[in-house]
Amino acid sequence: MMDKNVIVSIKNVNKIYGGENHVVKDLNLDVYEGEFLTLLGSSGCGKTTTLRMIAGFEEITSGSITVEGEDIANKEPFERNVNTVFQSYALFPHMTIYDNVAYGLKMKKTSKEEIAKRVPEMLDLVQLGGFEKRYPSQLSGGQKQRVAIARALINRPRVLLLDEPLGALDLKLRKQMQLELKRLQRRLNITFIYVTHDQEEALSMSDRIAIMNNGVLEQVDVPEKIYEEPQTQFVATFIGETNIFEGCIESINGNNVGITLESGSVTAQTDRQFECGELVILSIRPERIRYSESPVEGFNLRGKIKEQVYVGSVLKTIIVLPNGHEVRLERLAGQKIPVSGDVYVYWAPSDIKVIHSDSNNIFKALDNIVLG
Amino acid sequence: MRRKTKAKLKKGLSVVYCSLIYLFLFLPIFVIAANSFNATTTKPYLTWKGFSLMWYGKLFDNTTLLQSFGNTMAIAFASTAISVIIGTLAAVGMYKYKFKGKSVIDALLYIPVVIPEIVLGISLLTLFSNVNIPRGMITLILAHATFSIPFVVFNIRARLSGYDNSIEEASMDLGASRISTFFNITLPVLAPGIFGGGVLAFTLSIDDVIISYFTNGQTKTFPLKVMESIKSGVSPDINALSVLILLGTMAVVFITQSGILNKKDRRN
Ligand SMILES: Nc1ncnc2c1ncn2[C@@H]1O[C@H](COP(=O)(O)OP(=O)(O)O)[C@@H](O)[C@H]1O
Ligand SMILES: [Mg+2]
Repeated sequence: MMDKNVIVSIKNVNKIYGGENHVVKDLNLDVYEGEFLTLLGSSGCGKTTTLRMIAGFEEITSGSITVEGEDIANKEPFERNVNTVFQSYALFPHMTIYDNVAYGLKMKKTSKEEIAKRVPEMLDLVQLGGFEKRYPSQLSGGQKQRVAIARALINRPRVLLLDEPLGALDLKLRKQMQLELKRLQRRLNITFIYVTHDQEEALSMSDRIAIMNNGVLEQVDVPEKIYEEPQTQFVATFIGETNIFEGCIESINGNNVGITLESGSVTAQTDRQFECGELVILSIRPERIRYSESPVEGFNLRGKIKEQVYVGSVLKTIIVLPNGHEVRLERLAGQKIPVSGDVYVYWAPSDIKVIHSDSNNIFKALDNIVLG
Repeated sequence: MRRKTKAKLKKGLSVVYCSLIYLFLFLPIFVIAANSFNATTTKPYLTWKGFSLMWYGKLFDNTTLLQSFGNTMAIAFASTAISVIIGTLAAVGMYKYKFKGKSVIDALLYIPVVIPEIVLGISLLTLFSNVNIPRGMITLILAHATFSIPFVVFNIRARLSGYDNSIEEASMDLGASRISTFFNITLPVLAPGIFGGGVLAFTLSIDDVIISYFTNGQTKTFPLKVMESIKSGVSPDINALSVLILLGTMAVVFITQSGILNKKDRRN
């Protein structure tokens, strides 16, 4: 990662609409040359706004964006070496597919021969050879999307911005297009900045994922790290299925911490710093949780099995804790274990992630108010 | 059995009903067309004296009538051009930009449409004489543009309601400047709306009488000429010209309709 060149650099960027609607908050992000970076976050968190600032359709309230080392603040969209694939495709309805794809080249005054050579090449690349004479309304959603991609890629941009390009497609087509996009990106070695709210899509396609929440960048990391080592409560709950426990640090012994939960006490391993009495969030994936019929050292968390079902090759189990909290377990199908009585929930201490709870800030704020 | 006869009766009645409506609509046109071929030469030119093309011949000797028709066409083209340009810019501007007083301007657009023509005619006459523009072709063109602009705006606005702004952004994203985006993307996509507005403006201009009556000065348009001559009974050469205009209009409508239909199926 260190030896890669930064191609897009976003520094302290803020976007405030109409003087009060703070949509992007102090965003810092470096995008490396040739990588597939995904901006992931729920709808309304500022992904599109961020993309539009890079493309030049939206002014930056404060901060700076550089592309290939050049500040782009004063460049018009048509002067930037980035291209965009719009969610709505934004194909020109009055032009044939050929003219749609050729548009960028024509604007750059490319010679007719060159255009006549490159357009069919590009259409072949997105598997739309032979569609030259059709109009956008004569294409299916997936085909339109491919035209939109071809139209952007033919300009050989250094960076391609994609705003939920597969959002309007049905599931099967989306999966197929995900693979195709990834293949295209590898083959052309163009930097992709890809916006989606679909975490599965992000996890399967990206080199790195940047998770946004309410205009704040929560974590930027490779997919495995995002999944395995969420840095914040939001990331932990947003990505994948997970079990969340709220607790309080009881004891600290090197990397091992003892934590009190509402329904018992548990142990975890962490290399982050905590204080005794601090509120924490525990996050553990369903496939990492275990249970036994006898108590396990370091754990005191009892529950009852509520349900066990096979979903495909996975056995899903739900255990209910005394406070009503449900714990979800998953394992590759083995035997159903007929357990009627209480079971003891535990895990390998290194499998659970301990995260500073957002509530600490609230309590600190309350303390400040109460104590002056 | 009874039900069948009832259904038959129903169908028969609706055929009669429709025929009556169409008869009602087209009989006057038929009368004019027929009368233009009437060989009669005595006022009030109403009794059928046999078939003849003589009025079509006479038409081309009637220079004042032909001149008034020429005026009408010139005014129609000029006022259509003006109202299409102003109307397009207004519609696009009002669609794209938010500004103070937009809703007021929006509402004011309807005034020239709903106001009685006679009031608009008097207002324009007062205005023209106050600012001292001599009445004639110029004032006729300005007056016709005035009442046409709202119709052009409405037509284009209907087109804009399904307009996806991001195609302009896409155009700029692909390297087109704002001006080139307007001519390559905005204008062609709005073209059917602009064209429809233009056709409307053109027809409104061609058959306007009331507002023209107030603003014409010495200049005669075809409808004014017809109004004038009506006192002495409509002479069949006017019928002949009407028939020719009718044929011309039908040809234009036919051509544009088939053209628009062809285009329609390839638009989103
Ligand atoms: N042009 C605009 N004017 C005012 N507010 C806007 C504008 N565009 C977006 N917003 C607001 O900014 C927030 C983030 O929007 P957006 O970037 O589109 O989110 P996302 O793409 O992550 O769903 C939303 O609350 C939206 O209402
Ligand atoms: Mg969005």
